[in-house]
Amino acid sequence: MAKHRGRGMAAINYPIGLNLGGDPSQALVHSNPTGKFTVALSSIDLGQGMKSVTRQIAAETLGIPVDDVYVDTADSDTGPHCMGSFASRGTHRVGNAVIAAAKEARGVMMEAAAEELEVDAGDLETDGKGNIHVRGAPHRSITVKEVAIAAQFRQGRTISGRGIFLIPMSGVDPETGAMKPVTTYAHACLVADVEVDDETGDVAVLKMNSAYELGRALNPRMVEQQLVGGAWMGMSHALYETTEPYYPDRDHGPSDFNEYLMPGPGDIAPHDIAVLERPAADGPFGGKGPGEMCANPVLPAVANAIFNAVGIRIDELPITPEKVLRGLKSQGGAKPPQVPFGGPKPNGAARP
Amino acid sequence: MLEFRKDLFANERDDNLNEVGKPTQRQDMAGHVTGRTPFFDDHRLDGMLHLKCVRSPHHSARIRSIDVSAAERSPGVRRILRGADVPVNLNTLLSLLAFGEDDEPSLATDQVRYKGEPVVAIIADSEREAWEAVSKVRVAYDPLPAVFDVEEALKPGAPSVNPVYTRNTFTYHDKYDHVKLRFGDVERAFQEADFVLEERYQMSPIEQAPIETNGAIAAPEVNDRYIVYTCAQGLFFSLDTTAKILDLPSNKLHFIGGTVGGGFGGKVDSLCEPLAVLGAMLTGRPVRYVLNRIEEMQVSAPRGAERHYIKDGVMRDGRIIARKMTVYFDCGAYTRLTSYGALKCVAHLPGPYTIPNVSADAYCVFTNRIPATAMRGFGVTGVDFAIECQMDKLAHLIGMDPMEFRIVNAYRDGDVKAHREHASNTALVECVQVAAEKASWPLSDAARAQSSLTGGGGERAIIPDTRLDDGGVRPAGWRPEGTLPPGTRAPSRPQVTPQPSAPRPPPIAAPQPTPASPPPAQEQVPAPAAPQTPTPPPAQSQPQSQPRYARTRFSTVFGTRRR
Repeated sequence: MAKHRGRGMAAINYPIGLNLGGDPSQALVHSNPTGKFTVALSSIDLGQGMKSVTRQIAAETLGIPVDDVYVDTADSDTGPHCMGSFASRGTHRVGNAVIAAAKEARGVMMEAAAEELEVDAGDLETDGKGNIHVRGAPHRSITVKEVAIAAQFRQGRTISGRGIFLIPMSGVDPETGAMKPVTTYAHACLVADVEVDDETGDVAVLKMNSAYELGRALNPRMVEQQLVGGAWMGMSHALYETTEPYYPDRDHGPSDFNEYLMPGPGDIAPHDIAVLERPAADGPFGGKGPGEMCANPVLPAVANAIFNAVGIRIDELPITPEKVLRGLKSQGGAKPPQVPFGGPKPNGAARP
Repeated sequence: MLEFRKDLFANERDDNLNEVGKPTQRQDMAGHVTGRTPFFDDHRLDGMLHLKCVRSPHHSARIRSIDVSAAERSPGVRRILRGADVPVNLNTLLSLLAFGEDDEPSLATDQVRYKGEPVVAIIADSEREAWEAVSKVRVAYDPLPAVFDVEEALKPGAPSVNPVYTRNTFTYHDKYDHVKLRFGDVERAFQEADFVLEERYQMSPIEQAPIETNGAIAAPEVNDRYIVYTCAQGLFFSLDTTAKILDLPSNKLHFIGGTVGGGFGGKVDSLCEPLAVLGAMLTGRPVRYVLNRIEEMQVSAPRGAERHYIKDGVMRDGRIIARKMTVYFDCGAYTRLTSYGALKCVAHLPGPYTIPNVSADAYCVFTNRIPATAMRGFGVTGVDFAIECQMDKLAHLIGMDPMEFRIVNAYRDGDVKAHREHASNTALVECVQVAAEKASWPLSDAARAQSSLTGGGGERAIIPDTRLDDGGVRPAGWRPEGTLPPGTRAPSRPQVTPQPSAPRPPPIAAPQPTPASPPPAQEQVPAPAAPQTPTPPPAQSQPQSQPRYARTRFSTVFGTRRR
């Protein structure tokens, strides 16, 4: 009986946003009388960081510090329509709607500032720190707060903006499937190193190395949380999770987290990630979104690593110890393929 | 550990930004880590009642009778809801997109089609009293034959699961029982291939498993409105679904949500909101309907199972010249979102590779299990598992390094995809190269020299002559107009203007120098010439294809849109 190490890889791309378009999102942006901005949405933050990413996008577009923006979501009385947070569409669709709304608000803000400074609005720029000044003449400056007060109480302007982002609906050709399902793709490649115990059938993921291309990373810390968490979920899908362990048999379904298994803290593998940023032409500041896709390469990479370790192909998920043992039994034990690919296996081929 | 490879695609980015790209702390972090962020179930309203459902113990059964008399006398019971109390007791989620027909009741009346289907809802003063009354409802069932396997469900004589789709398949384009993808001629290419490999893959159903289970709290608000605290992943999706089922103007509903304790696709179905609001309407009191963990695991929708058959034709030099796939999505008893998942799957095929001949049939199949729904990448995650396991097998079959095999076949800027759009902004090659580098996986110099920016377009941008067929089981009422006879070839649709064709990237197995400076890939992309979808407009819309109750439509569809 022995533990066998192996490595496998997989490469994927992922369509960003609901297929076929026709799924708008809106945003409203307005300033209070002292130059603090609210972004009103009905979009959903389910932990992925919707509020934070739209806040940064609004601040960047308005040209003000992120602390001066608050994102309010989601109240159907005050937040304009959004299709929802699914299909990896949040950053892409809502981010673009926020850009549109913030641009309109910025336009009013700059006109109000121009009136106060008695210059042409086209000659003004923001410094990102809460000031607006004449391009090339930083001393001719006014704060965003002063502009907001002037707009509200002297000029009678609303510093506000409306935004919507809609990718028009694409039809689908019934005969060929011709369609325009999506406008941009994220990409990934992942290498998994595993150890297979041929006595228990247990598979441990030892290490993951990966490269994810996500368009511009709008917030690197949130990208990291998505990629680390997503890869964990990928491990979980590959090796643990099922509501029907003997599908299509309906019996033996789990009823709680004691029976619905997932990798625990001791099962988490070190994950070394490289992030590539090829900006999407229609993404907010080039962003695509790391949401759903980051789990996907882990599943096949783990399955391929198991083959590399013991020579069995398990084509049904999840890859439980039972399936590994049955596979080993029918093959007559572990027989790793003799192939020169992937470099030396980590720490030798097999341990007694 | 995470590193940014800013060196790659640097000339396509302006990194001189103030706020975007900064590791800013979350706006809501302090509330989250101190446990003060309010979630939907943190609202405890005066006089709040609790709703629990009586659920079917059978996979398929006719309901002979429902006796609630003992439950009505049970302590604390305020109201019992039956199917007849639901104003519009038939809905399909995507009716808001005019995609598919209403096929699912909020509360079953005459028949149950999966184990766990709600039949009666009890509203009581406490959860415990509601559960006690649930146990006192007497439902007499006549069990019926059930079907659980997708391929069994397609066989003649299989039990019919869903009365709207009697042949156990969702209907696409009012015409086909599956989604088709046809690009080139796979059968001819299989004849020419050095190797052909056909394999089967099976995905298990998976639970979204959020910490916060599904639920909603509804309460009468002043001025004849209802406030709803919800964990829906689409606020207006849920609001308009509720308005439809309860036959209410949408502005009678005030939904508050937005901060959700994990979703992963499992909070799109909007099953709790309509019953909670209906309860509030009929009792005049706040009503809380929250699933417990068992219900979340075994009643609320999972990601459905998927079965994939992949047949590939590959050449010794590593090029895949044909990929044919048959995909069965296990939809469960009602449509929910699986119809759309199958479409998403087809749009994704054949994966991130440029393959000149591709054919696929994806079926959304009804079985007597929990209706499936969205879940993290559904329609794509399962396909990627199947494709990438297949890619590994193909690489071993021809004796090629799996990384290099990916690079040989990777799609690149300017290539046409099987759904007939041209690729841009691709980066698969670079991801493979960087992952190999990080994992110390040796690559040949030729593989390291490849790029997503070069080698695409040209011949790879041309849409091939495509073999069409009208194969597939026809749903009842199918009309043959508009289909071509089997075996006829449709002309390539978006006609490509002749391009100075860039050479296909050299197979890496036999290293050759990469073309020094091919023209930028973008210029090789043919203008998006033809209109996206040509026309044969069916003579008139069929009445039965109209969703019966959809007053509100966000849009005119996806798949069945008239063109």
